[in-house]
Formats: sequence, structure tokens, C-alpha cells
Amino acid sequence: MKIIVPVKRVIDYNVKPRVKADGTGVDLANVKMSMNPFDEIAVEEALRLKEKGAATEVVVVSIGPAKAQETLRTALAMGADRAILIEAEDVEPLGVAKLLAKVQEEELAGLIILGKQAIDNDCNQTGQMLAALLGRPQGTFASKVEVEGDSVSVTREVDGGLETVKLTLPAIVTTDLRLNEPRYASLPNIMKAKSKPLAQKTPADYGVDISPRLETLKVVEPPVRQAGIKVADVDELVAKLKAMGVAA
Amino acid sequence: MKTLVWVEHEGGHLKDATLAVVTAASKLGEVHLIVAGQDVAGVAGEAAKIAGVQKVHVADDAAYAHGLAENVAPLIVDLMGHHDAFLAPATSHGKNIAPRVAALLDVMQISDILSVESEDTFTRPTYAGNAIATVKSKDAKKVITVRGTAFEKAATEGGSGSIEAVSGAGDAGTSTFVGAEIVKLERPELTSAKIIVSGGRALKDGPTFESTIFPLADKLGAAVGASRAAVDAGYVPNDYQVGQTGKIVAPEVYVAIGISGAIQHLAGMKDSKTIIAINKDEDAPIFQVADIGLVGDLFKIVPELTEKL
Repeated sequence: MKIIVPVKRVIDYNVKPRVKADGTGVDLANVKMSMNPFDEIAVEEALRLKEKGAATEVVVVSIGPAKAQETLRTALAMGADRAILIEAEDVEPLGVAKLLAKVQEEELAGLIILGKQAIDNDCNQTGQMLAALLGRPQGTFASKVEVEGDSVSVTREVDGGLETVKLTLPAIVTTDLRLNEPRYASLPNIMKAKSKPLAQKTPADYGVDISPRLETLKVVEPPVRQAGIKVADVDELVAKLKAMGVAA
Repeated sequence: MKTLVWVEHEGGHLKDATLAVVTAASKLGEVHLIVAGQDVAGVAGEAAKIAGVQKVHVADDAAYAHGLAENVAPLIVDLMGHHDAFLAPATSHGKNIAPRVAALLDVMQISDILSVESEDTFTRPTYAGNAIATVKSKDAKKVITVRGTAFEKAATEGGSGSIEAVSGAGDAGTSTFVGAEIVKLERPELTSAKIIVSGGRALKDGPTFESTIFPLADKLGAAVGASRAAVDAGYVPNDYQVGQTGKIVAPEVYVAIGISGAIQHLAGMKDSKTIIAINKDEDAPIFQVADIGLVGDLFKIVPELTEKL
């Protein structure tokens, strides 16, 4: 079985994003970029399934600028077998899902593992949309994935706790944080990754219309909270709580 | 505009998350609801009484019992033939279903909206709440998830919606529900609590977390939350997690104990009305958003505070 893992190049999660003064977006010039954290978990899970013998090949795909090649090389260095870069900027989840559906038509993977959301647009849509377009089942927010013959059992993180579903393959899984601890790429593997195959494509190669459906009118900083006060001791805090009516 | 709102329910009762979505939907036009599940006549009855609701569509079928997206999405898509917008709460349930509906309708979903600016324009948070985007949808039909804490809850009484049975295609046959492990809470639910007491990594371990945080929470009648660090360290189960990747909360009072205030945590709680921080590090970022801060050792402060309340 083949596994496809879509990965996204995003602003590094440790960086505090700055909104541009003209309100057109977030300033990404000279900002550290990395693989979306949820996607690292997706790559790791695919590699573990391969190591367990449940998968034969791991193909990573990214839809993004030319620099997304670096993100793909990182995934290859972690252990993925080959990569596909579809060069396009600012594609919405619906467009990404349509492109990935076309990739799946060619690759016929048994599993497609995505991160549950990208930490830039915070959409949490692509995996579900891809599942819909392919007419396949979805196991979102996975904290455990077990392939059993022609099905996959997925334990999902839901609001009240955990839920387990069984999906017929091929299926789409999206990862939650606790699924695994992604590995670091070793230096020899980083060197080796440079010679692994990386195919370069464009949306036109797949005949997919990716024109945006949402127009961003403006982007602003969230309202700033007023500076607070510091209290000296517990008694003062208790008095404040009482004044607020929180404590009797 | 005619809207269709997904009704979230559990154990035969409507969940609060639905009420905020009704308020958002009423800003767009006529409000219809969809109740899907098994033996849901009671839920439909409750739903019809929500103020402002005109019609409740009820799909009662074993295939919808666990809200599997594969079975539920086609049902909603059918109903969208005569609705202009589909709204769901931005809960794990809503986030699972809505994008599947959107793709089947070939529209882009607008996730986690904070406000309705007009019929096609909405605001939503991006970059872990560090930027608020105003977006305009060009799609004919809208699919939207709604951040519950951003809208008032609609009244649970006063409505008189009509109830209409609908049927869908039923079981898509590609997924089955195996089981659930639901964490039993003796305290208020995080997302609807008025007061939340949250603990971070500084609590050392599970027993210390419980013996320090729980008594204070009980004294205040508060729900208990945790930072991702506390959850990852195994102090409490992950459904306690407040943050970008956990629950988004906006209580009247949020008490952050031993939490430094990483971006990912702030994204989940910085819309709280009053934030109180207790931390021994006076430079901790949490103090930049806290209304009331107390610098000191939480192991001394919290028991003293619990006792004096």
C-alpha cells in the first residue's frame, strides 16, 4: 500500500506573526518558515506504518511556492520515498483538495494522511474536503491509527474524549498532536534526501481551477487588551475577586 | 436568505454550542435546523423551542446515530437544495462535517467566524488568533463554522418552529462507529463555563495538579482547563486543553496558574473577560494579557487563596 502525505510550508510556530500596516495580510518577508507541525506528525505516522510493513511507499506532496521544495526535502530526509511539488501560491483548501484528488487518481494510495489544520490559515478543512471529493471515508483528529487488512481503525480526539471509527480503505486521516512524536532528520539522511526524486508540476498539469472563492478584504491585529495590574498578595487578590462578584 | 443550522446533541439533549450558531444564523436570515441522529424526537422538541427558529428538519435513522460525516454530509447537501447557508458550531463535530459538505457543494468554507458583517462578509481569526481577517465569499451558497464564544446564546424558550421529518440516503457503507471513551466531568463544561481555573506545566505531575487546582476550581464553581504542556506531560487528559489546538474559551474569569502564556495557549483564552495570572516568573508573557497578576510560588499562593475564599 502506498501512502500520500500532503505537507505545507508555513510560518514557524515559534514566530509571533506581525500584521502588515496596510492591512493586506501578515508580513512573511524574512520570517522563518517550517513544515506545518501537524504535517510533521502526518509524515511520521506514514513512516511508522511503512516500518511496520503496513505501507510500501510514502509519497509527500506540497502545493506552494518554489521554496516549498525545502519542506519536501525535510520530509524526504525524515524518510519519505519521493516528492511532488505543485507550484502555486495562496491556494485555498478547496483548491488544494481538488489538486490532491487528482494526485490520488494517478497514485492510487491506500491512505492519505494530512495534518488536521495549518497553523497559518487555521482552516481545518483540506482533509475533509479531499475525502468528500474522492467519496472516501475520513478519520479526522486522529490520535491512533491502525491498519487492519482492507480497513483502518482510527481513534479520534473529540470534544468529550475519544472516539474510534473503522474506515474502509482507501481512506483519509488527519492528525492530531498526540498521534506521535515526529523524528528529526539526521545529517546523513538530509544528504541522502537531496538525491531522492522530486517531481515538479503546476495546477494546469492537473487541469484544476484554483481561483480563490474568498476575498480577504483586510487583516487587522486583534483588539489589544488593556494593561492589567499586579497585586501584592493573596488578600488583595481575594478582595478583587469579591469586588468582581466571583467570590462570596 | 434561508440558513440551515447543524444541531449538536448528546444523550438526548441539545448541546449549548448550537445556541450561539442560531444567533449567528439569525443575522443572515430565516433559521432552519437539522437534527440528525437516532431517537431524536426529544432533541427536535427542544430545538423547535429555541427563540427565532422557524423549522426543524429531523432525520431519525440508525445511520446518523454517531454523526459519521460520510453518512450525514449527503443528507445536508440534499437539504442545501433549498437553503442558502449551512452553519455548524466550530466544535470537533462541526469541524468534521462542515468541510465535507462544502466540498460536495463545491464552495469554500469560512471557518470559525467571529462576526457576521453582511450576508457574504465575515471576520475570522488566523495565525492562532494573532490576525483577524475580514473575508468576503464569492460562492452562491455559504458553509460556515461559528466560534461559540463570539456570539450570544439564543434563548432556549420562546420559539415555535415546525418539525418536519426528512430522510437521506442513510449509511454510505464506508465507515462504522466502533466506540467512545467519554471523560466524565463533575465540574462545568469548559466551553460553557463562566469561570475557568487552568493549570500549566509548573504543576509538576497529575496528583499535584489535582490537589492544587481542583479545590480552587470547586470553591469557585469553575471548570478546569490546562495548557498543552500540562496535557503533553500527562497531568490531565487532553480534552482539558485550552489553546489553538485544544478548546477555545471565553469565560468571564480565566485563572491561569503556572502557565507561561505561549502563543498557542493565548489563542484559546485571550477573549476571556478577566484574566488572572499566578506565576513565579514576573516576565512570563501571560502577564501581558492578564488583568490581575500575582507573582509568586503557586504552591503557596493557590492553597492560601482556596482557603481564604
